Amino acid sequence: MLSYIIRRLLLLPVILLGVTFLIFSVFSLLSPMERLATYVHDPASLKNAQSVERLIDKYHLDDPFPLSYINWIKRVIHFDLGWSQTANQPVWEAICQRFPATLELVLYSIIPVVLVGIWLGVISAVHHNDMLDQTIRVSAIIGWSLPTFIFGLFVLFIFYGILGWLPPGRLSSWAQDIVYTGTNFKSYTHLVTIDALLNGNIPLFLDALRHLIAPVITLSVISWAGLLRITRSSMLDTLRKDYVRTARAKGVDEHTVIHLHAERNALIPVMTIAGMMIIAMLGGVVITETVFSYPGVGFWMASAAQSLDYGSVISFALLFASLMVFGNLIVDISYALVDPRVRLE
Amino acid sequence: MNRTIRKLFSNASSLVGIVLLIIFIIIAVFAPKIAPPLSDDPYQVPRMSWDVNPQAPGFLMSDNIREIYNYMDKNVKHDKAICGTTEGGYDIFYGLIWGTRTAFKIGLITVIIAAFIGVFIGSISAYFGGWVDEIIMRITDIFLSFPFLVAAMVLTTILGRGLDKVMIALITFGWMGYARLIRGSILAAKEETYVMAAKALGVKDSKIIWKHLLPNTIFPVMVQATMNIGSMVITAAALSFLGVGAPVGYADWGQMVSFARNWIIGSPGHAGRYWYSVFYPGIFIVLFVLSWNLVGDTLRDILDPRLRGEL
Repeated sequence: MLSYIIRRLLLLPVILLGVTFLIFSVFSLLSPMERLATYVHDPASLKNAQSVERLIDKYHLDDPFPLSYINWIKRVIHFDLGWSQTANQPVWEAICQRFPATLELVLYSIIPVVLVGIWLGVISAVHHNDMLDQTIRVSAIIGWSLPTFIFGLFVLFIFYGILGWLPPGRLSSWAQDIVYTGTNFKSYTHLVTIDALLNGNIPLFLDALRHLIAPVITLSVISWAGLLRITRSSMLDTLRKDYVRTARAKGVDEHTVIHLHAERNALIPVMTIAGMMIIAMLGGVVITETVFSYPGVGFWMASAAQSLDYGSVISFALLFASLMVFGNLIVDISYALVDPRVRLE
Repeated sequence: MNRTIRKLFSNASSLVGIVLLIIFIIIAVFAPKIAPPLSDDPYQVPRMSWDVNPQAPGFLMSDNIREIYNYMDKNVKHDKAICGTTEGGYDIFYGLIWGTRTAFKIGLITVIIAAFIGVFIGSISAYFGGWVDEIIMRITDIFLSFPFLVAAMVLTTILGRGLDKVMIALITFGWMGYARLIRGSILAAKEETYVMAAKALGVKDSKIIWKHLLPNTIFPVMVQATMNIGSMVITAAALSFLGVGAPVGYADWGQMVSFARNWIIGSPGHAGRYWYSVFYPGIFIVLFVLSWNLVGDTLRDILDPRLRGEL
């Protein structure tokens, strides 16, 4: 197993290099002038052709590809990602400020995905082909076919437009006053729900939770349907294995067969997929946050893309790709730890 | 093959999918008859009024716009917005009908090209193995390191607005699944005796891949492709929704939903007053994607050898 993990770790720099190379190749489709816009935050410094030339030289934007790539990488390593016009602050600062909100959203979304998805998948497989299975299956396909933005708008329409229960945004204005300008409030984790509890402020906690419910439902519904399908087919596969038949033949009761013998083995492949799905939820974050005006990284990314704020958009790709690469690494290693077949290889 | 078709038609959920698909095909084919275009570019949705806010179903084309069309010698046959208008006075009905063509175009073109690229790369990787395989698979990993939507969004932002650019972005980040899938199947099929026999007889590599390996391994790819059409259409619509996809006024369901976004809450005292602006394009996207997924899901169960004979 050690050699597997070492091999996996050695691969990490290769993948990261490839990812940055790919991002920079896409970035290079832009002209040096357009790329320059990502480093300049004072339009006055672009007042004449000469100063533009000088700046292009300074940031090595017109160099041959390998040179400008190396230069860009050096900057990235020092977290110098340029200036964001949409956020009106350096890109890295903007990311750090908005990331906790996104993290909070994703963390809360994992719970329903894993619990409901796996639970329904097992039920569906156990009741293979009867009414219950068909119902669960069709509802999973419908959930899978629902585009996040339409489902999100639907949730917003019902729970905010008509019922007025779940408002968009992250906090009500009175709560924002406490968190951002209040003197007694200490931000330990920057996850508002947890900070509110640590500060012992229950109304604030409830307000944050109220704003989270709708985006969490929206974000989790697709991954939920996907996980259900994987669990179902893996479970169906396992229930057909010889050792399950043996267990049944020797008279072990059905409950033990399903939950002790089959489920444990069936969930090994599900675990990898679950990890990947949680990571893939990052993509849905952009739409969910936009629909609910939830002030995380994704919401900002959407507005940056609309106003052609290239520096922010590129950094966003970099951020999400790194999250995915490290996420996948963790999933693979934990997979090796759980599955004895991988461990022994 | 006959068995597959019989199963497809005997399964309730796939039958619903097939019926829906046929309806969409009819709409797409007869689009010029159902909603005659008013400008030279049929994909440009005509405006029914200059008003910003949506107009209710049954709204008649406003006089100042009618004058413009009269002046341009256009014969306005349909002057009633059956499904209402969305933000900016764009006719929803027209957008729905021509948007069906857009959806087919995006779904079929991106999936066919992406599958082709994926199969090509994956079969080379599996057949030759060794360091070729290693390099190709690492490149695949790199492309897989981006969330699909984020990658497509970044590339479209850089390339600029337009349907062609959206499709380029979707293809660039959409081939990896096929490459992995076909690689897996070919790795398994490579060890079969018929391939060994062909090799021993001195058949050319390209012919072995093309004549022997691909026909035996292509079915999972086709199932995957069917399922993939829906997600490509969703992603393209999502890009339009986020404001980086189709150009403004293009007949595209995602953009219509994005137009409706500001109006979904309704006005004070009239919650849900503009329901039609999001309902119609939304239901079209959902049904279109659903129809492909229903067919694909059944296909997968039918062709899955592990489940064969148990359905």
